[in-house]
Amino acid sequence: MATQHSRAAARLMNAPAVFVLLVWMLIPLCMTIYFSFMDYRPLRGVADCCVGFQNYERFITSSSFLSSVATTLIMVGGILAITVIGGVLLALLLDQPIWGQGIVRILVIAPFFVMPTVSALVWKNMFMNPVNGLFAYLWKFFGATPIDWLSELPLFSIIWIVSWQWLPFATLILLTAVQSLSSEQLEASEMDGAGALSRFTYIILPHLGRAITVVILIQTIFLLSIFAEIFVTTNGAFGTRTLTYLVYQRVLESQNIGLGSAGGILAVILANIVAIFLMRIVGKNLDN
Amino acid sequence: MARAVTTQRKVIATAAAWTIGIAIFFPILWTVLTSFKTEAQAIADPPVWFGFDWTLENYEVVQERSNYFRFLMNSVIIAVGSTVLGLLIAIPSAWSMAFVPGKRTKDVLMWMLSTKMLPAVGVLFPIVLIARFLDLYDTHILLIVVLMLMNLPIIIWMLYTYFKEIPVDILEAARMDGASLRSEIIYVLTPMALPGIASTMLLNIILAWNEAFWTLNLTTTKAAPLTAFIASYSSPEGLFYAKLSAASTMAIAPILIMGWFSQKQLVRGLTFGAVK
Repeated sequence: MATQHSRAAARLMNAPAVFVLLVWMLIPLCMTIYFSFMDYRPLRGVADCCVGFQNYERFITSSSFLSSVATTLIMVGGILAITVIGGVLLALLLDQPIWGQGIVRILVIAPFFVMPTVSALVWKNMFMNPVNGLFAYLWKFFGATPIDWLSELPLFSIIWIVSWQWLPFATLILLTAVQSLSSEQLEASEMDGAGALSRFTYIILPHLGRAITVVILIQTIFLLSIFAEIFVTTNGAFGTRTLTYLVYQRVLESQNIGLGSAGGILAVILANIVAIFLMRIVGKNLDN
Repeated sequence: MARAVTTQRKVIATAAAWTIGIAIFFPILWTVLTSFKTEAQAIADPPVWFGFDWTLENYEVVQERSNYFRFLMNSVIIAVGSTVLGLLIAIPSAWSMAFVPGKRTKDVLMWMLSTKMLPAVGVLFPIVLIARFLDLYDTHILLIVVLMLMNLPIIIWMLYTYFKEIPVDILEAARMDGASLRSEIIYVLTPMALPGIASTMLLNIILAWNEAFWTLNLTTTKAAPLTAFIASYSSPEGLFYAKLSAASTMAIAPILIMGWFSQKQLVRGLTFGAVK
């Protein structure tokens, strides 16, 4: 039905978006690739072009790289485990007939809208502070010695804070998926004598499979670049330096642009591996 | 068909859901409560719950000392500016792809989504460099443009899924009734597209408001929004709980309220239409 004329118009309408995204993606990325092959340290006045793969070599072989990858994996994995398992359980609970469901939903979703710097600071100071934090009171109340969360269990503390922010997201998406499950199917299985556990394993969980995958992939994209939560709590100390944070420190704090850019490209490659899987799933959805 | 539910089961489920709901919401509630306490009450042992002398002093101090309204205005300008600019570019784009789909429309959409996957830290230095070179570092324009580009794929995708749902038949019907392209757009399409545009706008204001990588790294003082305002409470001011709470409450209140209204769109927007 679309005429030649309307096709040309459509292309024109789409052009600005394609153009700005192309520029946004290509120019900075090419610059980073270029810098990654340079010995570029502005503070020392060093700017030698073309040192080959030296930066990559140095970045990968430095001890901080492997530990930052490990930290990233533990952090992302921990947060995913907490939010997905918690999200499934919470979604099933909220799907039950309860009084005041709307209000509970509002309470549960709230942390997602709290800006990262606020949630990190509130948890850090008002809850995890070893002297005046609420957890310290709780520990003292039960006769235990208060824990200095962010220096004794720094990685766990950050996982906890970020999970609090993302649990609502997982819950909301999984709840949407749970609610699309036909109750007839559940009823039929119930009549056939399926218990609660087997109903969960054989009907609910497979139905949620796609939503869980989407939650995992989207969260991974965002979680790989966690920044503010680390920035205001530990500043990368005590083994909480993720790959993103390591690159940030190399580039902006120690101003070793070449090394940092090499790290940045590695981060891009890692993120793309995850992205490919996400795109496949979203792409499939586009067909139907 | 609704399943028969025993009252007992409903009571248990309600109790469990409310307990968990309140536990999850508790840090926010505690922050809001603490913001009305004096500093001494804020760190009282044992903690005081509601029986304290409510005061607005913290809010006044925060405003006076760190000029909250300037940061608030920066947040509003950046969040609204980037969203409006994004919509201006995204509406024609999503429109054309939804109503005049070509062979490569799907590829273009996927490619746009892929730009969202680029980790910000990978392009941090070039962006800083370009910003300095153009003399735009720490300006509203820079942040509006950067955040717009960050969220543009999400805006286009959301609009696309909304526009896709507008039945094309209705256009043909209008055309047969002799409607011109102009009246078609004004009287038929716009009213049907508006709800989708509105919720896209809402979600993107929220995302831009809370963005904390570029806003922290591309601003110092002039254009710094609320994310940076709060980060400045990192230490040692963060130990003044009542003031930290007042500052935090002011930073999250506007967006929390907007967020509650956009729950449903959130699912759709952030999953790129994969979960509806």
